[in-house]
Amino acid sequence: MITVNNRDKLEWHDGMTIRDVLNSMKYNYSLIVVSVNGKPIHLDDYDILKIPDYADVKVIHIMHGG
Amino acid sequence: MLEILRHKTIGIAGCGGLGSNSAVALVRAGIGSLIIADYDTVEESNLDRQYYFRTDIDKFKVDVLSEHLLAINPDVEIIAHNIELTPAIIPKIFGNADILIEAFDAAENKKWLIETWTKYFPDKPIICGNGIAGYGETDKLKVIKMGNIYFCGDEQTDSSIGLFSARVAIVANMQANVAIEILMERAK
Repeated sequence: MITVNNRDKLEWHDGMTIRDVLNSMKYNYSLIVVSVNGKPIHLDDYDILKIPDYADVKVIHIMHGG
Repeated sequence: MLEILRHKTIGIAGCGGLGSNSAVALVRAGIGSLIIADYDTVEESNLDRQYYFRTDIDKFKVDVLSEHLLAINPDVEIIAHNIELTPAIIPKIFGNADILIEAFDAAENKKWLIETWTKYFPDKPIICGNGIAGYGETDKLKVIKMGNIYFCGDEQTDSSIGLFSARVAIVANMQANVAIEILMERAK
């Protein structure tokens, strides 16, 4: 089981990637920053990095304004 | 504290509401050097929240912001780049900074700046403004840490609902405050 944004729980499976998490959560907004266990994950690694079981995943949506 | 900050350099990408106000806070705190970058000129519509004056209209932001910062503290070093930032030039422009403050307007630009900075300088913090629009709801403003990425704001509001000076300046000062906190903690 992994935790997303401190509230949602997702069943973990072997080989689970960031892309799998985003799809499961129906996060289709592309302007996001993702971390796994506190470590930021680059866009290039969304389909590569394997998420460990019990991971703490955070997805931050980037908002306009400056 | 002043002795520590006097030897530090902070980069500020963008000199709008977040960038101009955080620059003022950092100079007042005694930062030694700022690297600022923007390609825009001051417009009348900027005066509702950015640290500029009516006499600055039509002048380049980096030029007039440099003047204002030096008027606060003539000893601060201001390295100003009148340039449109792109991923390719970020390392050259801000490579000497100890910390980068993200102060862009468009979310697309914020995204590539975070990706670029963390790729080239994974050990150097980047402090972003995220969710600064509207008014009130001060209690919803917070700092979220993600490794060396810090997000200041409410993480929800978008500029489409309007940007107001008070809330923008609060977040700009939060960014400056986080930068000072990081520099002081790392100096221990």
